[in-house]
Amino acid sequence: MNQADVRIDTFKSLELYRESVRGHARQTAKIVRVCCGPGCIPKGARRIYDLFRKAIDDAGKRDITISLKGTGCQGLCERGPIVTVDPGNIFYLQVHEEDVAEIFRETVLQDRIVDRLLYHDERTGAGIRTSQGIPFYQGHVRVAFALCGVVDPESPDDYIGAGGYAALAKVLSSLSPDQVIDEVTQSGLRGRGGGGFPTGRKWRSARDAHGEPKYVIANGDEGDPGAFMDRALMEGVPHAVIEGMIIGAYAIGSSHGYIYVRNEYPLAVERLGRAIGQAQKMGFLGKNILGSGFEFDIRICRGAGAFVCGESTALMASLEGRVGEPRAKYIHTVESGLWGKPSLLNNVETWANVPAIILNGSAWFAAMGTQKSKGTKAFSLVGKVRNTGIIEIPMGMTLRQIIFDIGGGIRNGKTFKAVQTGGPSGGCIPEAFLDTPVDFDELTKLGSMMGSGGMIVMDEDDCMVHVAKYFMSFLKEESCGKCTPCREGISQMLFILERISRGEGEPGDLAKLDGLADLLAGTALCALGKTAANPVLSTIRHFRGEYEAHILQRRCPAKVCKGLFFYEIDPEACKGCGICLKQCPAKAISGERKKPHVIDRAKCTMCGTCLEKCPFTAVKKIV
Amino acid sequence: MIQPDELIEQIVACYDEQVGMLIPMMQDLQAECGYLPAEHLRRLAQKLHIPITRIYGVATFYASFRLFPKGEHTITLCLGTVCYLKGANRISEAIQQEFRVTPGGTSEDKKFTFSPVNCLGACALAPVMIVDNEYYGGLSPESAIEILHNIAKGKKPPREDQQAEKAKSVGKTRKAEKAKSVGKTRKK
Repeated sequence: MNQADVRIDTFKSLELYRESVRGHARQTAKIVRVCCGPGCIPKGARRIYDLFRKAIDDAGKRDITISLKGTGCQGLCERGPIVTVDPGNIFYLQVHEEDVAEIFRETVLQDRIVDRLLYHDERTGAGIRTSQGIPFYQGHVRVAFALCGVVDPESPDDYIGAGGYAALAKVLSSLSPDQVIDEVTQSGLRGRGGGGFPTGRKWRSARDAHGEPKYVIANGDEGDPGAFMDRALMEGVPHAVIEGMIIGAYAIGSSHGYIYVRNEYPLAVERLGRAIGQAQKMGFLGKNILGSGFEFDIRICRGAGAFVCGESTALMASLEGRVGEPRAKYIHTVESGLWGKPSLLNNVETWANVPAIILNGSAWFAAMGTQKSKGTKAFSLVGKVRNTGIIEIPMGMTLRQIIFDIGGGIRNGKTFKAVQTGGPSGGCIPEAFLDTPVDFDELTKLGSMMGSGGMIVMDEDDCMVHVAKYFMSFLKEESCGKCTPCREGISQMLFILERISRGEGEPGDLAKLDGLADLLAGTALCALGKTAANPVLSTIRHFRGEYEAHILQRRCPAKVCKGLFFYEIDPEACKGCGICLKQCPAKAISGERKKPHVIDRAKCTMCGTCLEKCPFTAVKKIV
Repeated sequence: MIQPDELIEQIVACYDEQVGMLIPMMQDLQAECGYLPAEHLRRLAQKLHIPITRIYGVATFYASFRLFPKGEHTITLCLGTVCYLKGANRISEAIQQEFRVTPGGTSEDKKFTFSPVNCLGACALAPVMIVDNEYYGGLSPESAIEILHNIAKGKKPPREDQQAEKAKSVGKTRKAEKAKSVGKTRKK
């Protein structure tokens, strides 16, 4: 069976084809899945994939058929590369090249477990065979990511065998565009890019808008630092994004689509491009899709490295080949977007939710989540948390459950300090609000926002002024410069923050920051500017004492801001080895060999070399 | 080397001369030449009947476009939130100092082009950089500089997976030593 030769032109033939794919799959005795997601590839997953390929080829003809798949993200990036073997869903972590032969010999050929590569329960030490038993995977509900990590993203057959394009067939064969929109509306799906605008309502406006042609666009310009769910999705199940878009196009009456992908994601571009080519050949894209007479095609556009292009009007300007500057939105893009025509823009995760909603029904989707935020949401859980990875959970789970149950708590026995959500438009949420259920409205109430789904965990060693400064310098670089409040306001806020972190803060600074934040929220042109002050406002709101310590006492409680803390050598721990003395660029350290050394504060430039070089952790930071 | 005229002709033809496809055209040009040479951009403006200022505007607005040739190796250093919290800014400073490069610039000996980016989406490896398509994770200012010096000398440093392995064992022994020494001091 070769997908390149098959063209599916009726609903019936799609079902027949699906049956044949499944029949073929049933004859496969073993499936080896090597995670080739954003976390595992840098850790050498591709070489592991190649070694399995070689092992299978070398084993020659056997009475069992073995299928090898390089899949999208399987979630637990922290312990990658991940390899799973079916049947049995045996889950191996941190697989190295030298483990491949053993897995192949033991597990694939002889059904034996390689215990050392399993996840081991922290208390009992017992090996856990499948992902279901691992705490990280507890509570996951996969909708958009249902097939991510399961199917081979480069094989349309795999996607079809798993039920792919059935939603499209259902829509084209039995639902009117209005019925599709009603279904999406009733599901309660809200935009997954961060804004949380009701998707059904957006589709309705796009359908009702006058003007031809209409455009359908997927926003894959995932710019929030620390967020890589969209990347995992585009790389892991590109066909789900495409299927969602075709359904949306049918609903609003469009025949042209674009996927705008971030420049830093070359693999996502490659996989989406290949998937589009496959869909065109097989008849899911192009003229007369599945014999229904409906026509739609998709083109990929790569971003060129501008954060602001995640904003709808800037993205469309970029698609038109212009500088990515947003415009005022008194006329919505659903009425006048790309080339001045009605344009329906949704985030890739929103699109990937659509096929599941159509297939399972709006009631199924709406049964998950909270009253106003339905369904599930994907997050990239990163930072100082023990289990870094991608999760998809029902809305309404608390931050505490996410960080401590799924994430396994804080690394290195440190204390939790804050979790940053919503990227540069979001804010930092402290311990006191960890029991807040995660949904669009609750996070906004805390001065943060859902955003696209980056969740960055911070511990006691992170300084909130430093964090606010980071986001402001990020936004200063990324502000397009079109409107004055954003261009100048962010610069001024950063200027004040830098002063505070140097210990030159003034008592009126917090009020000044507040004033500038008000100005930005009230007068900036686009969402980037309007929300730009959130990282500062939320840290002032929840960590005011820390700002005051910087300003009034000239000290940094987290011991991050240079000059606002000291280095000292613990005489108990110091062995007098002399390493710090030799390495100190300021010659600020003195002491005899084998006797405790001392740092001269007057000479110390706080470079931190001694702290890094000391083999006995005798150098301490003190406030 | 293909003539500017001919190259622009080919690129423009790929996109049916649509001005809206300006960014992809410039991306293709950069992929071909490694940067955006002024002569080519002039040709492109003529061909598309748009002012050169518009092309220059696009080239300078988007971070991924370069108007100057890049060095032998490109250092893509992640400055995302997680990498930043784990000290990527200090790595950035160290690289700038050691190789005398500015962000977006190229070192004088044309060995390295330094291009910090907002996020590579590889947070599990933070702090992380990509040099010539290889990932290097768990960096410190010192280890980053060492890796880069090795690359400059033509020695390929161990890959990320092997490096992680190495770091792990080093970390273990160091920890063990520490534990030992702590134990000793306590006994005393």
